[in-house]
Amino acid sequence: MTAHTPINAASGCSEPVVQRQRGQHAVFCGLTGIIWMHRKIQDAFFLVVGSRTCAHLIQSAAGVMIFAEPRFATAIIEERDLAGLADAHEELDRVVDQLLSRRPDIRLLFLVGSCPSEVIKLDLSRAAQRLDKRFNPDCRVLSYSGSGIETTFTQGEDAALAAMVPSLPARAADSPASLLIVGALADVVEDQFRRIFTDLGIGDVAFFPPRRSTDLPAIGPGTRMLLAQPFLAETARLLEGRGATRLSAPFPLGVEGTSAWLGAAAAAFGIGQAAFDAATAAPRERAARAMERYRPQLAGKSIFFFPDSQLEAPLARFLANEAGMRIVEVGMPYLHRQHMAPDMGLLPAGTLITEGADVDQQLDRCRAARPDLVVCGLGLANPLEAEGLNTKWSIELVFTPIHGYEQAGDLAELFVRPFNRKQRLNVQLPAKAATHQTAAPTGGASCS
Amino acid sequence: MQLTVWTYEGPPHVGAIRIATAMTDVHYVLHAPQGDTYADLLFTMIERRDQRTPVTYTTFQARDLGGDTAEIFQSACRDAHQRFQPAAMLVGASCTAELLQDNPAGLATALNLPIPVVPLELPSYQKKENWGASETFYRLARALLASRAQGYVRPERAAGTRPSCNLLGPTALGFRHRDDITEVTRLLAALGVDVNVVAPLGASAADLARLPDADFNISLYPEIADVTVRWLERTFRQPTVRIVPIGVGATTDFIAEVIKVAGLDPAVAERAIPSRLPWYSRSVDSTYLTGKRVFIFGDATHVIAAARIATEEMGFTVVGIGTYTREFAREVRELAGKLGVEALISEDYLEVEARIAELQPELVLGTQMERHIAKRLRIGCAVISAPVHVQDFPARYAPQMGFEGANVIFDTWIHPLMMGLEEHLIGMFRGDFEFSDSATPSHLGAGHGSHMATQTTPVVPDIAIPEPAPVAAATIPPAATGASIIWANEAELELKKIPFFVRGKARRNTERFAILQGLELITVDTLYDAKAHFGR
Repeated sequence: MTAHTPINAASGCSEPVVQRQRGQHAVFCGLTGIIWMHRKIQDAFFLVVGSRTCAHLIQSAAGVMIFAEPRFATAIIEERDLAGLADAHEELDRVVDQLLSRRPDIRLLFLVGSCPSEVIKLDLSRAAQRLDKRFNPDCRVLSYSGSGIETTFTQGEDAALAAMVPSLPARAADSPASLLIVGALADVVEDQFRRIFTDLGIGDVAFFPPRRSTDLPAIGPGTRMLLAQPFLAETARLLEGRGATRLSAPFPLGVEGTSAWLGAAAAAFGIGQAAFDAATAAPRERAARAMERYRPQLAGKSIFFFPDSQLEAPLARFLANEAGMRIVEVGMPYLHRQHMAPDMGLLPAGTLITEGADVDQQLDRCRAARPDLVVCGLGLANPLEAEGLNTKWSIELVFTPIHGYEQAGDLAELFVRPFNRKQRLNVQLPAKAATHQTAAPTGGASCS
Repeated sequence: MQLTVWTYEGPPHVGAIRIATAMTDVHYVLHAPQGDTYADLLFTMIERRDQRTPVTYTTFQARDLGGDTAEIFQSACRDAHQRFQPAAMLVGASCTAELLQDNPAGLATALNLPIPVVPLELPSYQKKENWGASETFYRLARALLASRAQGYVRPERAAGTRPSCNLLGPTALGFRHRDDITEVTRLLAALGVDVNVVAPLGASAADLARLPDADFNISLYPEIADVTVRWLERTFRQPTVRIVPIGVGATTDFIAEVIKVAGLDPAVAERAIPSRLPWYSRSVDSTYLTGKRVFIFGDATHVIAAARIATEEMGFTVVGIGTYTREFAREVRELAGKLGVEALISEDYLEVEARIAELQPELVLGTQMERHIAKRLRIGCAVISAPVHVQDFPARYAPQMGFEGANVIFDTWIHPLMMGLEEHLIGMFRGDFEFSDSATPSHLGAGHGSHMATQTTPVVPDIAIPEPAPVAAATIPPAATGASIIWANEAELELKKIPFFVRGKARRNTERFAILQGLELITVDTLYDAKAHFGR
C-alpha cells in the first residue's frame, strides 16, 4: 500500500506490474451509464428505483438539464416505503403505470436497481417479470442493477446489455457465421465499421445494443463476437452461454488497435491478408496521416491515469505505441485479465497498473511523479490544475466517439488539447489563487 | 415512491457537504457506497473550486457488506484525521449507509479523536439538501460553542466600540453567496458596523466559536441559517436581523433594521451608495416594463424578494409564484394571497412546467430548470435562485444583495426583454419586409441568405404555415387550442401581420376566446374581439 515509483523499462520484465488497493474509490456508479445508453437505444426508458441521491447523481452527471422529459427518471424510495407502510411492489407498479401512460412511445423499460434498492433487497427482476407480462408486447420490461455497491461507471452498460441477452432471438445452429459487435458505439462509428466489414466481405454484421430495442440481433453457435468496449464481462459471458464465440483482440482504439480488432474478425471469417489490406489501406493511411499532426506534441511526454471507465489500458497502449507517450501509472477500477490481455500484452514492459486504487494514495504518487498529463475524473481535475498539473477529463473519453480509424486523430487531439491550451494562455494566475473563494474584505476573519 | 425527472434539491448529505466545503478546516467522513463521490464534481465543476471537497467517502461495495463496514468507517475516520488534520470532523451516512445502521456517531466517538467530532443524523428518505445544510450548520455551531453556551451572560458593549454582527447562511454552491457577502459587508462598513464572522462560507472552526462575540446576527439565507440563529438568540441573547436585503426596498428596510438593532444614528443610512434601479425604472425607456406578466419560482427567500422587486420596483404583474422549499411554504402562500395568485409548492419539475405553459407569462424568474422550461416555451427568463449552474458563478462581481445587487438584478431581468424604444419601433415598422420572421437579419448582409427570394415570393402565402411544432408536446397540458377550431384564411393572414414575438400569444388568446364564445371558425373579427377582450 506504500507509494510505488513507476518502474517502466528498468524492471526488464515483459508483463505489466499489477497492484491492488483498498480505500476510497473516486469512481461513478453504474447508474451513470444511463446517460449514454438512453441516447443509444432510442425507444428505451431507464427507471432507477433508488433514492434522491440517485436522481441527483444522474442529473449532475448529465451536467445540464437538456431534455424536456428525458428518457430516464427515478422512482424515489421514501420513508413510507421503508417503514413498510406502502408495499414497494405496488408502489412501483403505480409509478410504472404513471410513466408508461405519459410515454406511450417507450418500447423497452429498464427497471434499474440502485444501492438502496439492493440493500433493502427489493426484487426488481420479479417486478420486471410481472410488469413485462402486463405490458408486453407494447413494451418490454427488463431489470438490471446499476448500484455502486455492485458496479462502477461503465459496468452499468454491461449490466443493461446482459439483461437484454436472454431476449435475443435464437439463430439456427446450422446458419452461416455472423459477426456481432458488442458495446455501445456512436452511430457514426458503427456506420464506418459496417462499411469496412462490407468491404472485407463480411455481410452479416449486427451491433448490440441496437438503436431500436426491437431490432434485436439473433444469436447462436455461428455468432462470432467482437467486443467494442472493455467493460462487458457479464454480457460476453452470457453471449458465450448462448453459443457465441468471442474473438480475442485489442480494443479498436488507434490504428494499431483498430487493425488488430478488424484483423481478428477477418481471420475468423477466413479473409486473406490481401483482401484485408485492400479493405483497410485507405482508412488506415488516413488515420496515420491524422496521427502525424499530433504525435510530435505528445511524444516523450508522461501520462498518469486515475481509474474511471476501464478504457485506461487500451488508451495507455494507444498513447504509448502510437503517440510515443511515457506511461507512469494506469489506474483501473478493476481488471478483467482475459478481456484485457491483448491490450496489456502490447503495453510497454513493466507498465504499472493499479486496480481499485485508494484515491489519496494515488494522488500522493501522482504529485510525486509530476506527470505531464493526468487523466482523471471531474472531482480531481480542477484541484490538480490548480497545483500546476495538466489534466484531461476522463469522462470525455466515454462521451466522445473515439473508436476506429477515422477517430484515431480525434482521440490523440483530446490529449493534445490541454497542452495546446496551456501554450496559448499567457495570463498569470494571481499569487494566491483563491479564485473560488469569497472576495469579501473580511472573509471569516474579524473586520476590526 | 415518487416519480422524479429532475430534482431541485439533492439529498441532505449534499447539504452537509456544502457546509464542510464552505469552511476552511472542517472534514466530513461520509459512510457511503462507491459512486456517491459524484458530489465532488458539483463543487469542482459548477463552482470551479480549485481544491478537493473536504470529504472522505467510505465507498463500500457489495463484498464489504458481508464483512465489517463499521471497521471501514472507523479506519476512514482515522486516515482522514491523520491526513487532513482538520479542526473539526463531521461524520454521517448517506442514504444507503443509513440503511446499514452502522451508527457512525458511536463509531466515530469510540475513536477518541483529539478534535470535536460532530455526528449528523440526516434522514435521507424524508429530507433534502437545504434541510441538511441547515441541520449541519446548527449541529456544528452547537458543538463548537458547547463550552460557551452554559450560563452565558452577554456583556454590555463597551462605550465607543463599533457594533458588530455575524453574517450567517452563505455556503459553498450557493446562488451568488460569494458576492453577496462582499456587498453586505461593504454596506455594513458604510453604516459603521463590523462583521465579526461570516459563516459558514470562509469560516474556520475557531471562527464559529467566536460567534457570540458579535452584538447581533444577520440571517442572510434563512433556508440555511434560520435554525442556527434561533438557537443563538436563545442561548447568547443575540438579536437577529431577518430582512433579506435583496431589492431596493428590502435593502432600505434592512438598513433601518440594522440601525435599530445596532443602536446607530438613523442618519448613517445616507452613507450607503444608492442604487440606480429607482431612476432606471422611472426613466421613460422602462415604460415598456409596465404590467409585464411574470412567473416566479425558486427557493423561498429569492422568490419572496423577487416578488417584491417585480411588483414595487419594476412595475410588473406577478401572475404566479411558487417554491420548492417546503420549509418556507407558509411564507410563500401568504405572499401569494397578497398578490392574488395561487402559490405552487412543488418539487415536481413537470408541474412547474405545466403551470408556466398555462399562465403564458412574458418573463419567467426562476432557477436553471425554469430557464430550460422557458427556452422550450420561447419565453424570456432570468435566473434568480439555486439550484445552481456553472453560469451562476460569473467571473464578474454580480451580487444579488444590497444596492449593487439591485443594479445587477435590474440588468439581469430586463436583458431577456426587448428594450422600450426598440419594442416601439418594431411595432411601428412591423409591416416592413425586414420584420418578416423569414427575413435574414439585416446585419448579415444581402449575400448571406434568402433576402431576395423572400421578396420575389409572396410575403404571405395563402395557405397557413404551420406554427413550429409544439415543443415537448407531452409535457404541455392540453391548452385551450381546441382541435375543432378553424382559422379562416383572412384571419390567419391578419395574424401574420402581428409581430412574430407576440404572435403565439395572440393565437392562443384568440383560440381561448373562441372556445369561451363557443365559436368554431375564427374570423378577422374574432381576432380583434379577442384582443379587445383580453387587452394587451
